[in-house]
Amino acid sequence: MRKAVAILLLGIFGYYFASIFLSLPFGEKREGVGKHYLENTISETGSVNTVTSIVVSYRGFDTLGEVTVLFLASTGLGAILFDVRRKKRNEQNASPIVRTTSTVFYPMIILLGAYVFVHGHLTPGGGFQGGAIIATGVLLMFMAYRKFEANHTLLSVIESLAGLTFVTVGLTGLIYGGSFLVNFLPLGTPNDLVSAGVIPIIYIAVGFKVGAELTVVLDDMLKTIR
Amino acid sequence: MDWMAFLVSGLVLILIISAVFSIMQKDLLVAVIGTAAISVVLSILFYLLQAPDVALTEAAIGAALSTIIFLIAIKKTDRFEE
Repeated sequence: MRKAVAILLLGIFGYYFASIFLSLPFGEKREGVGKHYLENTISETGSVNTVTSIVVSYRGFDTLGEVTVLFLASTGLGAILFDVRRKKRNEQNASPIVRTTSTVFYPMIILLGAYVFVHGHLTPGGGFQGGAIIATGVLLMFMAYRKFEANHTLLSVIESLAGLTFVTVGLTGLIYGGSFLVNFLPLGTPNDLVSAGVIPIIYIAVGFKVGAELTVVLDDMLKTIR
Repeated sequence: MDWMAFLVSGLVLILIISAVFSIMQKDLLVAVIGTAAISVVLSILFYLLQAPDVALTEAAIGAALSTIIFLIAIKKTDRFEE
């Protein structure tokens, strides 16, 4: 019975995949989309960084999917490690050299991460990179001070608010402009910090979300027993 | 041949060598260091090939975070491959 259902489902999927596959025209020249991006990015999205405009604006829905994948991965890790007995981490701190360096570098790394995701539409980098840099800074403190704790409740609130911001901005675009993530704010002058409409808002949200998720992952891993 | 092509081919060579090195190792700690070296070289390569966004991602996630996550996992399980 189960095999019959599986074969039926596979057949349905196969039919649709085959029909899509056969409808693709092969052998035709299908270039020009990259050229379009390079020529029209500034006039259409107001972002100087073409990569950012593709990631957040033209292919913004895919970015929402990526953020969701990361969220699911961190939730799954938490679910797998939930049953494992939590323990207090080893009490001994790192050596004074590591501790001093960490206290000096921790604010700088956080600042660099914030810079990278706030300037995502102007310079290389963006939400994912900035969030990962912030998580690296927190990791440095985890390694130096054994008593440095991440506040899980606060991190969950930050993560949920950031995800909510992303979806709200996208849905506002849907209501206002007819498709998901339409730029409904004024574009401003290119190369300004406050420009490119919703792109900086989304990238700041993504930065907070990725930073919080990766910190939770590191904390979960460090706190399991053994 | 200009110097850029030499540099890129040298980096790709280092990339392949460290990939093979980390596959062959029985000591997982050394293998993880090998993968970290791959990430660093790959990040330089991305930067040279004019993809600074990807280079930032590779440096932050590949070289720092995933290496540390592997190291924590090794510390909590076994160090040597059976």
